[in-house]
Amino acid sequence: MKILVCISHVPDTTSKINFVDNDTKFDTNGVQFVINPNDEFGLTRAMWFKEKQGATVDIVTVGGKDTEPTIRKCLAIGADTAYRVDTEPLDGFQVAKELAKVAKDGEYDLVIAGRESIDYNGGMVPGMLAKLIGANFINTCVSLDIEGETATAVREMDGGKETIKTSLPLVIGGQKGLVEESDLKIPNMRGIMMARKKPLNIIEPLSSKTHTEAKSFRKPEPKGEVTLIDADNLDELIDLLHNEAKAI
Amino acid sequence: MSILVYTESENGKLKKAAYEVASYAKGIADLMGTSVTAVTVNAENVEELSQYGVDKVLKVSSDKLSKFNADAYAEVITQAAKKEDSKVVVISQSANAKYMAPLLAVDLEAGYVSNAVKLPTLDEGFNVERTAFTNKAFSMTSISTDIKVLGLSNNSYGLKENESSLTQEEFFPELTDENFGITVESVDKNKDKVSIADAEVVISAGRGMKGPENWGMIEELAGVLNAATACSKPVSDMGWRPHGEHVGQTGKPVATNLYIAIGISGAIQHLAGISASKNKVVINTDPEAPFFKAADYGIVGDAFEVVPQLIEKLKEFKANNS
Repeated sequence: MKILVCISHVPDTTSKINFVDNDTKFDTNGVQFVINPNDEFGLTRAMWFKEKQGATVDIVTVGGKDTEPTIRKCLAIGADTAYRVDTEPLDGFQVAKELAKVAKDGEYDLVIAGRESIDYNGGMVPGMLAKLIGANFINTCVSLDIEGETATAVREMDGGKETIKTSLPLVIGGQKGLVEESDLKIPNMRGIMMARKKPLNIIEPLSSKTHTEAKSFRKPEPKGEVTLIDADNLDELIDLLHNEAKAI
Repeated sequence: MSILVYTESENGKLKKAAYEVASYAKGIADLMGTSVTAVTVNAENVEELSQYGVDKVLKVSSDKLSKFNADAYAEVITQAAKKEDSKVVVISQSANAKYMAPLLAVDLEAGYVSNAVKLPTLDEGFNVERTAFTNKAFSMTSISTDIKVLGLSNNSYGLKENESSLTQEEFFPELTDENFGITVESVDKNKDKVSIADAEVVISAGRGMKGPENWGMIEELAGVLNAATACSKPVSDMGWRPHGEHVGQTGKPVATNLYIAIGISGAIQHLAGISASKNKVVINTDPEAPFFKAADYGIVGDAFEVVPQLIEKLKEFKANNS
């Protein structure tokens, strides 16, 4: 089985979010970049398929040279080959088109992407990619098993879960639950040394068109002071929630 | 040409979010000087959509669509959009709508903006504000395609009554086996509980609860307020509560009218996930807990003492105000 894992290079979840150039660009100054958490769960699940079922695992990212430490981390975790589409990601559709070309050329059986990236939260790349390559698609996937050409997956929905059967080729939008957080792979020294020798292929972009453009950003208005209520005066809380907040 | 809105239903009944997306679609229709057409799948009673500005309903009834199937539903909406010559398609941001939206956008060759929180502005192109960086910021995003798909963030626009005279039409989309590449084998849905996505109120608890055996009072409080239950990341990581209840940057976002956080200190990732909620209450023993800076109302106190009292007080309040 050939697996492709799509990796997004995103600011660490603890990052302070600021903007520059008249609030038109994200300020990367002092920001630590990491593998998108939803992708990391997918990469670890791919490693399980590699170890247990003899799959090959490639990774791909769309981005500039600055994404290479993230790519090397994926290789150190155990991915076999990496591809970097050498262009700045501008919108979900453009990224999906670039990824679709890599997925199609490589004739992958399974493509794993995170359900969304934690920066722009578009949540559209896995589904668009599936549609563009004509593969089956399961979003918010929290469990995946594959036997031969058949996949059995569990998807999280509002208020529950559903079990799905489908066939390869398949694209999933994965998330926490696909593997336990405690099972996430951390690169060891051997992995880091080996990653240096693994191929990192630079791919020329298709120069796909975009459909959307993030023109400007703003931060939420600063919040007022908390109203503290004495623990012995819960009637006051109920009164405030009813009359002031209109929440109960 | 009309604005098309997909109004979701469950067990034949339209969901609350359906009325919110209808309200939003009416807002766009007024800006663009056009009407609103809703498409429903296996919804039985659709008259109430006329209260929220819908002019026409395309009713799809099909046993093949009795379980949600993203590809088939995307095909239904694509065909409805083509029939109505719709340039704007509005959907909610339920898990199912988010699943379907990218497939729909490719089918319609449409630009898709998710997590929209305001009506678009049309003076310089088509621009819409959406949340980004998991609610830590907003982005003004333009869409350049002829057809646009907008996903409205839950509870961001609200219900706006706007009476219209409604016409109903049966709609028969053509679906092929190709639209059913996946088969739903089983659905495991907790019918007795309110889901986080549908809830007006969410009661969330963290490590301060000391163990999963203490969740009884959280469930009871949720029951009194007809609320959904949720939890912080460490709680789901430790297996005290299911992953589906984890709220935060890598869990579920929550945009409710009221969010009550009990024994949660307020890590930046958790606060990002709940910041779109309108009213936040925190109950924590530690007055220095970061959550107090993000909350509207706070109680410094022991959850094991405060929550049982709060349950009794709320029961009394409900009895007097029902």
